[in-house]
Amino acid sequence: MSDDGMSRIVKTMTSLLFPLVFIYGLYVIAHGHLTPGGGFQGGAVVASGCAMILVAYGSGWTMKKVKEKNLSTVESLGALLFIGLAFLGLIFGAGVFFNNFLANSEFIFFGTKVAFGTTAANINTAGILPIMNFAVGMKVTAGLFAIVLVMAHATSSKKEDK
Amino acid sequence: MIHAFAYNVPYIAVVALILIGLYAVLFRRNLIKIVIGIVLIESGVNLFLITLGYRTGSIAPIYTSNPGLTNPMALPVPQALTLTSIVIGVAVLALMLSLIIHIYRHYGTLDSRKLGGDEE
Amino acid sequence: MSNKRDLVAIIAFSMVAVFFVFTAIMMGPVGEHYFGDPDETDMDDYIINNAQTETGANNAVTSVVFDYRGFDTLGEATILFTAVAGVIMVFRRLKK
Repeated sequence: MSDDGMSRIVKTMTSLLFPLVFIYGLYVIAHGHLTPGGGFQGGAVVASGCAMILVAYGSGWTMKKVKEKNLSTVESLGALLFIGLAFLGLIFGAGVFFNNFLANSEFIFFGTKVAFGTTAANINTAGILPIMNFAVGMKVTAGLFAIVLVMAHATSSKKEDK
Repeated sequence: MIHAFAYNVPYIAVVALILIGLYAVLFRRNLIKIVIGIVLIESGVNLFLITLGYRTGSIAPIYTSNPGLTNPMALPVPQALTLTSIVIGVAVLALMLSLIIHIYRHYGTLDSRKLGGDEE
Repeated sequence: MSNKRDLVAIIAFSMVAVFFVFTAIMMGPVGEHYFGDPDETDMDDYIINNAQTETGANNAVTSVVFDYRGFDTLGEATILFTAVAGVIMVFRRLKK
């Protein structure tokens, strides 16, 4: 990869397209319990948008803006949120690991009851499933972006390697 | 015989993918081509897992278009296991490619018959 | 010695190809496992009939991945974490 990235036209169009790709990826993550999609698929879409930014602006600029430590922190936060929700099922629910304790419980966040045979695709419904989707989406995005960033930085042509 | 081999096209596609990937792993020298062969074998196995869960005339397992379960639905458990398998394939591919970059820096070549020849 | 290696590769490849043709004949006309009728579907019928009232999600695959089989998703998240840690560790340069 070269140091400065691609030409000015490519940089402008990429910075105009990146919010659209990001919002589409967040839509796929957030509606994971109503339509096909979910945490892993939406995380891959957002990581593709971030890789587009990396290709257009060059690896040196992206490495200065986004440090590796921030990506590691985001990924660890996603994993801790996932395991924390699983342990809360032990305390609040029926005493089993991975219990869905918010599912039909009329809580204000995600607890609306769903009867058999309705097609009302309400986003307020499915218990801890949307929060788990968000945690897995954060983890997959940060992980894939960190892999691509480290590989691009290691193969850039600087003068100190052979 | 014709009935058996005309309606089982997904299984024939699985066998073709796995055999092409195995040919690329066994008979090519370049390391990148060997990695492409491994990815083809993984794609064939994922396709096999998905085609095990299909019922004739069924729709996707989403309840929005099927209120009250009037149509038969495809089985959801093989699709969930295929999702896990795809993520594992991505993880293995990332590790293989980073090791290839490291090998290229150390040896200067990507030919698999010229590596590891320190004792002759 | 590359002739011996090529011979072993050809024998292994032809053995795998014969194994696949044998499996196709055993599954097709002999074993009646055609494309479109799976064998036993008791667990999946229970999940299809009860997933909407028990979990409240409209997507049966997401409720299987995160609710009925959430432990497998935990293992998969661990694999992703290990792969990212391994890749970053390969490219780390020690400060001289």
